[in-house]
This record gives sequence, structure tokens and C-alpha cells, in this order.
Amino acid sequence: MAEPFLIGDAMTGGYGGADILHSCTIAVEKGEIAVIVGPNGAGKSTAMKAVFGMLKLREGAVRLEGEDITALSPQARVAKGMGFVPQTSNIFPSMSVEENLEMGAFIRRDDIRATMEQVYDLFPILRDKRAQAAGELSGGQRQQVAVGRALMTKPKVLMLDEPTAGVSPIVMDELFDRIIEISRTGISILMVEQNARQALEIADKGYVLVQGANRYTDTGQALLADPDVRKSFLGG
Amino acid sequence: MSARGPLLFALMGLALACVGLFQSWQLAITILNMSLISAIMALGVNMQWGYAGLFNVGVMGFTAVGGLAVVLVAQPPVPEAWAAGGAGALLGLLLGVATILAAIVVYQRLPKGRMRGLAVFAVLAVGYFITSAVFGPATQAIEAVNPASEGYLGGLGLPVVLAWPVGALFAAGVAWMVGKVSLGLRSDYLAIATLGISEIVIAVLKFEGWMSRGVNNVTGIDRPVARPVDLQTAPWVQSLADSLGWDVQQTASVVSGLGYAGLFALVLGALIWLSERAWNSPWGRMMRAIRDNEVSARAMGKDVKQRHLAIFVLGSAVCGLAGAMMVSMDGQLTPGSYEPLRFTFLIWVMVIVGGSGNNWGAVLGGFVIWFLWVQVEPAGRWFMELVTSGMADGSDLKDHLLASASYMRLLTMGVALLLMLRFAPRGLIPER
Amino acid sequence: MDFLNALVSLSNFMLIPALAYGSQLALGALGITLVYSILRFAHFAHGDTMALGTAAVIGGTFALQSAGVNIAPLPTALLAVPFGVVAMVLYLLAADRLVYRYYRRVRAKPMIFVMASLGVMFVTNGITRLFMGVGETRFEDGERFVFSVREFRDFTGLAEGLALRNAQFITIVTALIVMVALFWFLNRTRAGKSMRAYSDNEDLALLSGINPERVVTITWVITAILLVLAGTLYGLDKGFRAFNYFQLLLPMFAAAILGGLGNPLGAIVGAYVVAFAEMGVTFAWRRVVSYMLPDGIEPSGMVQLLPVDYKFAVTFAILVIVLLFRPTGIFKGKVL
Repeated sequence: MAEPFLIGDAMTGGYGGADILHSCTIAVEKGEIAVIVGPNGAGKSTAMKAVFGMLKLREGAVRLEGEDITALSPQARVAKGMGFVPQTSNIFPSMSVEENLEMGAFIRRDDIRATMEQVYDLFPILRDKRAQAAGELSGGQRQQVAVGRALMTKPKVLMLDEPTAGVSPIVMDELFDRIIEISRTGISILMVEQNARQALEIADKGYVLVQGANRYTDTGQALLADPDVRKSFLGG
Repeated sequence: MSARGPLLFALMGLALACVGLFQSWQLAITILNMSLISAIMALGVNMQWGYAGLFNVGVMGFTAVGGLAVVLVAQPPVPEAWAAGGAGALLGLLLGVATILAAIVVYQRLPKGRMRGLAVFAVLAVGYFITSAVFGPATQAIEAVNPASEGYLGGLGLPVVLAWPVGALFAAGVAWMVGKVSLGLRSDYLAIATLGISEIVIAVLKFEGWMSRGVNNVTGIDRPVARPVDLQTAPWVQSLADSLGWDVQQTASVVSGLGYAGLFALVLGALIWLSERAWNSPWGRMMRAIRDNEVSARAMGKDVKQRHLAIFVLGSAVCGLAGAMMVSMDGQLTPGSYEPLRFTFLIWVMVIVGGSGNNWGAVLGGFVIWFLWVQVEPAGRWFMELVTSGMADGSDLKDHLLASASYMRLLTMGVALLLMLRFAPRGLIPER
Repeated sequence: MDFLNALVSLSNFMLIPALAYGSQLALGALGITLVYSILRFAHFAHGDTMALGTAAVIGGTFALQSAGVNIAPLPTALLAVPFGVVAMVLYLLAADRLVYRYYRRVRAKPMIFVMASLGVMFVTNGITRLFMGVGETRFEDGERFVFSVREFRDFTGLAEGLALRNAQFITIVTALIVMVALFWFLNRTRAGKSMRAYSDNEDLALLSGINPERVVTITWVITAILLVLAGTLYGLDKGFRAFNYFQLLLPMFAAAILGGLGNPLGAIVGAYVVAFAEMGVTFAWRRVVSYMLPDGIEPSGMVQLLPVDYKFAVTFAILVIVLLFRPTGIFKGKVL
């Protein structure tokens, strides 16, 4: 089997104390959507943070396009083409929407206007509110700013930590539509989701984690169809 | 305390003994007495910082308030001044307090809105004009009474030792007001608020002549220990001088100084005993729990703000007590001499160097730092003389350098604080 | 009733001095608020660093004067400001490298930073006094007045005079220029925006590739510029005395908190509120009031709400009111 685009391979580690992840593997192919689901405290966010380098691994490795990036800092991974949207405080609240996008592109030295236009095309509401302070926007709009900010570095892979936490179902559907749209442009998406059913519906690949280890791994559709998964994690 | 503590204290005693042997015993006793007072202040600050992590930048203000208490308690009253405006001044003060209370009542009773703001403002304005109409003439009349030596109301003429707890009480009152306002907010707000209140206390002491004689100073305050002048004539002092081979004057001042040292040591001992008991009590454990993790302490249902207020008031009271003791040792209140450098920042250096969170550490810090503060100046002058020895006499640079030797110790203290904070943040005697 | 003379008298004795004082405070408070929003601690060494910076400017001024260089009618000190700025940039960066950076690295509690800044303040204070002593130093030269009382009276024919001192005029103009430049920097430049981003959300700024050490360095440089200017203008206006600069700490903090800590616009507004309140409450309104009253009625006394000695009490009262009713300040500050 060919090496996936991005893979966190057999990751083991935690925040200093006991291990949270136990030989956990997460991977995403080019232009595909991979979703991590699982019960509370399963280590979903931890697994994603490990892939992004915010957690020191005791064992295992992270490879991007075949290159071992396990030792790199999160900032260095951004430069390598990874974008990350944290679950909370993921915007600069007192800065305008446009400035948020500019800050997202801070490491770029070239012209960023084209990328900014792409973001505005993706999230038209942000174009209207470009001069408004991001902290004054609604929850869904703020998530759009957060995703837009991460897109400004033109990442090859975008990582989203529970992007739909705390937004209404309508906004959630819209956000998922946008995420599909982003993946169609060739950007790989790795995302942690609380709303397992909806997330798996758009996922090319799904990872069900339990206690920091892989329990089920399959295509999104297959997991949705799997009676065990349905019973244990999707509420029947 | 391990063997380290007693050893350090023994070294400190040795240093003082050296001062006695090689410089003079009077100097040694003076240093000892101020060290004892500094140690008490450091104990007070240590309660706030070491027990609760509260940052009090207004130690000067609390010691000054304590000093004022000595004047108000121990000085004889001035009947002419009381006749001239005593009633007016008191009435004025009461009116001032009544105005503020009225404003608070209005604020609480009226519904929120513009009307409430206007009403509060009106109450304050009317109250202000009534108060100043009563207060102003009265204080002027008081200050006009025999201004060269009196010009103030005097005190109650009570025994001077009584002023010490009163000083503590005064400081506690001021601390309660400051703490009420600024605790429970961001932690640096308390620091800024205490900085402000200490400026104001000094301003009041300096400019409210009817109360404290202001910059004219109150001198000749009754002392709890016989003065050297009186001791010189006592036969037992004379015979003591003979047997020591000292002159009578020196003997008398050493004996008088030792009297103070005894009193101060008694107070310090009692405070340490109380602090140690408190530290080891459930209350002390709770305070440390709050200091180390405010969030979880709050989650456990502790009223953090209330606890902080209590410890802040207590610590400030101790500072006020020390301030009162200092004034009764000097026998005078000199509002002009209160400066933040000496009374606030030096105390902080003491606590940090000694060991924050450890009562014995704070006491040791008081001794060490006061000793250095007194002794670094001659050392600095000696150093400057060495540096300038090659220069021509009378050159501007030489004069300037010699004159600035006394500022060297500020620098030294600052560097000491920074070095301790960085490399030995737990101090000479660390918290257990 | 003579409205014009009342206004002139008020301007001469209160409005202009308060405007100048407010401008000096504003520059100082801006520095405090910037340090606060980036390094997240109350910079207690601010007043004394202002004093040291001014001392450096005074040294430069004397050197220039003895070399015969001047820019009359402007004071020579303005020419020496760059020297003071460079000295203070180096000083503050040295303080940061030697003291603060370590505590940043170990993520110390804010109180430890405050304590460290207290130590820095001590040292700074000592250095300033080594150079300047404790006495007052005047270093204003060049023209003293933009226009004097007599010139104003001759020109307008009014009974009341109005003078605009050079130092006041320079203060107000400089403060205005500096504020505009600062806002331009913060809102329009990459470095300025990265500072705001860092202040807004430190972690996200890191993720976006903003280098925190660089942001901190820029902050100290700007702070140095602000405080040298504030200190020099204050010294030109009122003479240099090290202790007065320490005492400026309280009004500067009050201004920054009143405006909302971490909010530059708030710091400016707060500074003017504090300055006008201090001057207004301790101002003897007698002359102004007597012009405003009908002829023949004179106010008794000075019509002064509080003696000048209590100007700190006014500042403190403002601080207390803010803390009681709106701890986040007029404009929402960063943190409670």
C-alpha cells in the first residue's frame, strides 16, 4: 500500500503523565476528508494535536508526503503546508476579519490578495464583514473566519478540531458543505467531530477512537453501515 | 527549620557583635532595634505575599498611619486648640463620613439610570460644601493656636504603648477600605491601589496640620523606655559604666536601646508565635491552598475574596503596629521623612531575600537587609574614595562621584532583589 | 458677567496646563498599556525608566549646549531625544534579556513579573540618582513663550492674559504626532498588526508564525520612544526631579485602567480625563467665577475644591470609582 499523504503512524504519548494515545494511527489521502470520531475522552483531539506536533510522542512518527516531521514544532509544520483550526479561541477577536486573514498569512511574503479572494468566494459573508471586528460576529461566522485564517497559508492539509462545536444545525450543514468544497480544491481535510453521523456522511475515511486507540477504521459509508458502530457510537 | 536557619541567625548575631566591637555598641543597638522593627514589617508583608500571594506596594502608607496613632494616643491634648476648633473639626469629619454614607444609600435605593447618577452627585456636592464650610474654618482656627510648638489638637495623653495596637487598628481600617475595592479583580490592581493609598496617607499626614502638625513634625513624644539623658543620672548606670570601662553617656544610650530591644523582641516573638500557629492551622493550610490554586479553591466553595481581604487587613495591621513602634522609638513623627523606597521596597527585598512564605525567613531578611542598608553606605563611600583616589582633588567628577555614593545602595538592593528572585526565589530560609 | 475674560483666564490657568499634562500622561500611559497588552504585567518601572530616559536626554542636551549646538527657538533637548531613545531602547532590551525573558520562558505568574519590574525600578532609580542626584534640574532653553501674557493682552485688549509656553505647545503638538504615528503603526503595518494579534490571542499568533520574541522587542522599542518623549516633555514643562517621575506612576496607571488596560485609545482618553480632573478639582476657580458672576458679587475664598497637595487623591478617587463600577475601563480592556 502506498504511503498516505499525511500519516500519524502508531502514535503513543500524552501530556507528560500517563499516555493518552496508544499506538494510534491516523492518516489522510490527498484531497480526501478523514474524520476522527469517538466517545468523550477517547483522545480524539489529542490524536489530532499529536499529528500537529502539539504533543510530544514517545513512540510512533508523523510523516507528510513521506517526509518524517515528528521532530518539527507546530509553527514549522505550518510552514510545511499544514493548517490548523483550534476548537476554541481560534480568531483574533479585536482585529477585523480582513486583518485576521492577513495574520493567517503572516509567514507568507508574496502577494496574498488572490488567496484572500478565494476565502471570500468560499465564505461570501466574510467579504461583507471584512472591516468588522471578528469578535463581534456570530458563532458560525467566527468559525468561518477561523477556517479562512488557516486557509491563508495555502495549506496542503487542513486540520479542524470540532469545527461545529456550539453552532446551530443549519450552520453546521453549511459549514460541512464548505469543508467538502475545500477538499475538492485538492486540500486534504483531517477533522475531529462530535457530531459523528453527519461527519461520517461526508468522510472518505473514518476513525473511531476509544481510549486512545483505533477501534474501527473504514470509509465513512462503511462505518455508518456497520451495525456495531451504529449501536455503540451513533445511537442505533 | 533545619540547621540552616539557626546558623544564619547566629551569623547575623556575630555580624552585629562585630559592629559593636569594631564600630560602636550604640550603632549595633540602633541597627538591632531597626532590624527588629523591619522584621515585624517583613512579617506583615510575608503574611500577605507568602500566605496569600497579595502584592502590597503601600507598606509606607500603613506604617505612617501606625505612626500617626502614636501622636493621637500618646501626645497630651492641646486644650486651646480644642476650644478653638476641636468640635468643628470633629463635626466636619462626621459630616464627611455622613456624606459618603448618604451617597451610598442613595446609590443603593434608587433604580439604575441617569437619575441615580445625578442624585448621587447632588448628595456628594451638597455634602462637600456643608462639610468644607464647617471643617475649613475649624482647622484653620486650630492651626492658628500657638503654631510654633502646637497648632494641632494633640492626642489623648494615654500611655504610649497603648498606641501600638491602635496603630495596628488604624492600618487595618485603611487596608479594609483598599482591599474591599481592589481585591477580587486582577491581581495587579491591588498593587496599584496600595501604591495610591500610601501616597494619599502621606499627603494627609503632611498637609493636615491640625492633626499631625504636618511637615512641622511632632517631637518629644512620650517614650515607653527611659531616655538616655534620664538614665545618665541613675546610680546603677554610673556603676555599670565604671565596671565596663565606658563613659556614662554611652552606657546610658546602650541601656536605653536595650530596653527598646527587649520590648520589640517581645512583640516580635509574640507575632512569630501567632503566625507560626496560624501557618500550621487549618486556616493556614486553606490560605496556602488558595494561593497555590485559586480556581480549585473557589470551586471548593472557598470565598477567596473574603479570605484575601482578611489576610490583607491582618498583614497591614502588623505593618501599622511596626510603624507605631518606630515612631515611639524615635520619639517623633516626621511625615516628610516617609518615602516609598525605604518603607515599601526595602521591606519587599527583606521578604524575598529572607524567604517568602517562611516567618523566620522574613525575620532574618529584616535583619540582613537592614544591616546591609546601614552598612553598604560607608562601604560605598569607601569604594568611591578608592575609585576617585587617583583624581585631582576638587574635580567636578570626583565630587559628583563621592556625593552619589549614597545612591549606590539603592542599586545594590535592586540587584539583590533581582538576583534572589531569579536564582533563589525561595530565599535564605525557604518555605517548608 | 464677562464670559470672554472668564474663558481666557480658565484657559491660561487650567485648560492649557491640563492639556499639556494630559498629553504627557497619555504618552506614559500608552507605554504602560502596550507593555501590559503584550507582556501582560503592570510595568512598575515605567516612571523611573522615564526619569532615566530624561536624564539621558538632559546629558545629551548639556553636551550639545557646550558644543554650541542649538535649534532655537526650539529647546535643544528635542535634538537630544534620539540619543535618549537609543539609550532607553538598549536599557529596556537589556532589562528584558537579563530579567523578564527568563520569567516568560518559565511562564511565571503575573505577580512575579510585577515583582521583577519592582527590582528593575529600584536599579533604575539608583542609576538615575547616581547621575542626577535628587535635586531639580532645569534644561529648558530656546524661546520660552509662543506668546506671552503681555503680547496676548496687547493683541486682544482683554483684561485677562493668556500665555502659551513653548514647552506646552511642543508637548501638545508632539503628543498629537506621536499618537497618530502610533495608531498608524498599530493598524497599518505588519509589525504593528502582529503586535495586536499577539495581544489578542497569543497561541494563535504563535500558530500563525508570529515570533513572540520579535513582538516583545518591538514593544520595548516603542515603549522606549514613548517614555523618553513623555519624560522629556514633562521635564521641559515642569523641570526634572527623579521623585516626581516615580509619582507619575499612579496617574499613568489610573489613566491606563480608566481607559481599559491594553487599549491604546483608552489610555489616551483616560490620561486626559485624569489630567483635567486633577487640575479641575485642585484649581482655584475664584477669578473665573468672579468673571461669570454678575458685577459687584465676588466669591469668598479661593473656590477651590481640594488643595493642590491632594491631586493624587483625585487620581486615586478616579481609580477607585473605575474599579468599583467598571473594572474593564471605559473602552473594554483586555482583562478584568
